[in-house]
Amino acid sequence: MREGKIAVIGDRDLILAFKAIGMETFAATDVEQCENLIKKLAKTHAVIFITEDYAKACEHVISRYKSTAYPAIVPIPSGAGSTGYGMENIKKDVEKAVGTDILFNKED
Amino acid sequence: MAERLKVNPTRMELRRLKDRLKTAVRGHKLLKDKSDEMIRRFMEYAKQNKVLREQVEEELEGALKSFVLAKAVSDEYAIQEAVVMPSSQITLSASTKNVMSVVVPQFELHKTQGEDKYPYSYGSVTAELDDSISVLTELMQKMIKLAEIEKTCNMLADEIEKNRRRVNALEYVMIPQTEETIRYITMKLDENERGNTVRLMKIKSILAEKQ
Repeated sequence: MREGKIAVIGDRDLILAFKAIGMETFAATDVEQCENLIKKLAKTHAVIFITEDYAKACEHVISRYKSTAYPAIVPIPSGAGSTGYGMENIKKDVEKAVGTDILFNKED
Repeated sequence: MAERLKVNPTRMELRRLKDRLKTAVRGHKLLKDKSDEMIRRFMEYAKQNKVLREQVEEELEGALKSFVLAKAVSDEYAIQEAVVMPSSQITLSASTKNVMSVVVPQFELHKTQGEDKYPYSYGSVTAELDDSISVLTELMQKMIKLAEIEKTCNMLADEIEKNRRRVNALEYVMIPQTEETIRYITMKLDENERGNTVRLMKIKSILAEKQ
């Protein structure tokens, strides 16, 4: 058992909303800064929410933390709406585990 | 036909290989059962994951939209001032859970709610901000749950893939090779045995002729 903190990474405008409900927020302006933030926050935070556009750009950094229990890095849609990136990840997981996509193929 | 292992065709080697085959077959069965169960669990989590993500994405989108709207209507500094000192604090207690010997995270949300739900005076900002913050507060629980389940899915998928490699390696490489080698050694030993018998019979007949 350990004490966990929640971090949100995203555009300055957007993360203010999360600040209001008591999460720790970190503004990112470019991809490189975002990558550094992820690396730093991975050591201290249990859950990191990150907006989809940045999650997509920093995929190689995020994938490094996939096999460990902490931190859990979760993509969230940004203000402009969901790009389906998060769903894409679930789909990939299912394909990896079962070999074929049996969860989403009804919609396709 | 599987490649046979490079071993000497001796009785000792045969016994060793038979033991090894027994272990391999047993291991294969166990791993296959494990894989079946893991996939079953994984599908449960994946379905949950999908439903939860749909909900969270939809609600979050709405909340963030109204937040952006609020920002657009009000003065930027007013908004910043309004939200920069939150009244409630969120902490997690994070533990781990064991799902099919995969260590996955488990979160529990602790919220220390301030006196007010909204950390600002209603005069300075619009109602959209109230909306968005109230929705976000409700959504917290779901988002944390989503983080937990999504991570579980991720890790289970990884583990299932690894496990499948092991099962396949046993099924298509290890077991056929061992079987093939066992057959080879048995045949070789039998052949030696027959050779020996023939030689003995021959010697016997030569001895019989001499007398």
